[in-house]
Formats: sequence, C-alpha cells, structure tokens
Amino acid sequence: MKWATCDLADYALRKADDTLVLGQRLSEWCGHGPVLEQDIALTNVALDLIGQARGYYQMAAAWRADGSTEDDLAYRRDAHLFGNHLLVELPNGHWGDTLARQFFFDAYNFFLLEQLSKSPVEEISALAQKAYKEVSYHAQFSAEWIIRLGDGTDESHAKIQQSVNRLWAYTGELFEDTDLDRKLDGAVPLPSTLRADWLQKMREVFALATLELPDPNAYMQKGGLHGRHTEHLGYILAEMQYLPRAYPDAKW
Amino acid sequence: MVRNPEDSDVWAVLESVLDPEVPAVSIVELGMIRFVERAPGGNLRVGISPTYTGCPATDVIVRSAREALESAGFAHPEIQTVLSPPWTTDWITEEGRAKLEAYGIAPPVGSSADKRSLFAPSPAVRCPRCKSLQTTRVSNFGSTACKALYQCDECREPFDYFKCL
Repeated sequence: MKWATCDLADYALRKADDTLVLGQRLSEWCGHGPVLEQDIALTNVALDLIGQARGYYQMAAAWRADGSTEDDLAYRRDAHLFGNHLLVELPNGHWGDTLARQFFFDAYNFFLLEQLSKSPVEEISALAQKAYKEVSYHAQFSAEWIIRLGDGTDESHAKIQQSVNRLWAYTGELFEDTDLDRKLDGAVPLPSTLRADWLQKMREVFALATLELPDPNAYMQKGGLHGRHTEHLGYILAEMQYLPRAYPDAKW
Repeated sequence: MVRNPEDSDVWAVLESVLDPEVPAVSIVELGMIRFVERAPGGNLRVGISPTYTGCPATDVIVRSAREALESAGFAHPEIQTVLSPPWTTDWITEEGRAKLEAYGIAPPVGSSADKRSLFAPSPAVRCPRCKSLQTTRVSNFGSTACKALYQCDECREPFDYFKCL
C-alpha cells in the first residue's frame, strides 16, 4: 500500500472518536426526548454512529497491529489522545442546540462519506459506503428539524437561530487540513475540499428555515484534532470509560 | 447471488436462521448471505453482510448461523463479515417481502433511492393490515434501526415500515 499503516490508523481513530463521542452524547437523550418518536430517532442515530465507530476502531486496531483492540482504543485512552472535532463533544443543551449540532455534523459526515466511498483503501471505502446510506437518513432528519424550528413559532425561530450562532464557531474545524490529511493524499479527501458543498447545503436549508447564515469567515475554534479539547470531553470519557477502567477484565 | 447446487444443504440450514428482531424472515430471505464456499477438503466459509453498522442483532445472527451450521454437522464453519458492497433492502427476496407484510411490517417500496436530494418525496407505503395506500410517515426511525414508523389514514393503525437502504 502506498500509505503508511500508522497514518491510516491515526485517520481511522479520528473518525472513530468523532462518531463515538457524538453517539455517546446523543445517547444521553435516551428517555429524555420531547416525545417518544423523537427520543427513538435520536437513539437510532446514536446507534448508527456507535456502529460506525466500531468499524473505524476495528480498522485502527488492525492497522496499529500492536495488540490493541477496538475496546482498548475506545475505553482506555485519555482525552488528550482523542482526535475528535470539538463540535461533537459540546453539551446537548436544549433540543434546538442538539439538532443544530447534529445538522452541522450530519451534512459534513454526508459529504465526507461520499468521498471516502471512493477511497482506494478497501477497508475505508467499504465502511463508508455502508455508513453513507445511514447518514443520509440522519441528515434528512436533522435538516427537517432545522426547517421546522426555524420556520416555526417566533420562539422556536429565535432559539434555533441562537443555537446556530453559538455553535457556528465550532464548524470551521471540520474543514481544517492537517498534516495527516496531506500524508494520506489520494486515500482520503482534504477536509477543505468538502467545505463548498457543505456551505451550499447550509444556505439551502437555512433559506427554507428562514434562518440567517452566520459569517463563514468568522473566527473559528480549533484544537480537537490535535488533542486540545474543551473541558466537556473529560466528563464524557469519565462516564463512558468508568466500567472498563474500574473492571479491566469485564467482558460483554 | 449464485447458488451452487451442491451447497443446497448449507443454504437449507441458513434458511432456518431467523432474524432475532424480525423472527418472521430468515437471514437468507433478508439477502444477508453473500456467499457459501467450500474449500476443497477444507472448511465451510459463509459471507454475511450486516444490515446496519450498529445493529445489535448482527452479533446474534453470526452466532446463530455458526451454531446452526455446527449442529447440522459442518465442523468449524468460518463466518466472514462482508461490508462491500453494502447490504441493501433491494436484496430482500420476494418471499421475504411477503412474509414481512404478513407479519405486520410493510416491506420496502421500490429500490434504494439516491438520497443525495435531501427531501425526495417519500413513497406510498401500503398498510400491512387494511392494504390502503393512504398512509403517513410518523418518523423515519422506529423500534429497530431498519424500520420507520407509519400510520394508516384509513384504519388508523400505526405500523412499522422496513425502510429502503
């Protein structure tokens, strides 16, 4: 293979961390959704994301070939070793906050998977083709909610616009090109090349939602890809990793 | 899916393995079996495609398939997970679709659509009880990863729809 397996492993880990952390966040809604159908919808999305995370962690473990397993990678690493984007670790907030975060991520994930489906690295393209179909349902769901809330009542409109404005600073990182992406040129897309499609989708859905698109050139938060996280990630890991760390030999 | 006539004994065993979440259909009817191979003088290999990446039934299905094959006398069958090409509802057989409907789950309508357009109109789904086409989608997500929630506008019954993937 043309690319170093350690680089492919690091890339798979970033994708695994994104999907695991967001899946864990969405799982917090289980039993707390505003109505049953929406509770079920979010937990379905969470399940898909955690399924995708497993695929990425298995891939990373195989490429590392250091004896680590998917569970070690998910449950035995500390926050500074996680390479997820800051967006996915932010707290759920209210329903609008959760759906704005979801829409930003789903649209990004959708265009990312579309490109990864064409990757010459067979493991990546196989998982991406599978995940792409699932994520198209996620993106449809979150986009519908942005429109429903934006084009809803005065209160829902004001609240979702606030959510969008507040989370906007965390969207720039999704399109940050890193050395790792450049080393994997040809195997994975450069994140910056996904931005035009993503922004177009934002414009399209925000127009339907009668929402204002924040300034795409505004100041953006960064750091997650390099292990510099918000304070929130540590709390997520503390809860998620408690059992395997307290009982290291626990088996499913 | 090409079925080798000499492997019909293997297919017969796999046809007895039911989906634990939808026990009306077998994993063969769901189109999850990608291949059956017998290495010359060697062991049996079976390729299974998971339906959804996070579907908790997948592990159970792999285990059930292995147990069924072992108890039918196939020693140490190797079960291989096949991700590519990804499983699609297009692979559900005609019998599978009929059994789903009889079980109360509307089978997928048409072929797996191109989802690049976010708001394609949803297809007319037939109520598995009164067969009316006047039905409304309640939610694209249901009790399992593979199902959506619908309600019939005629008989007013809610029902599951096996959504296109």
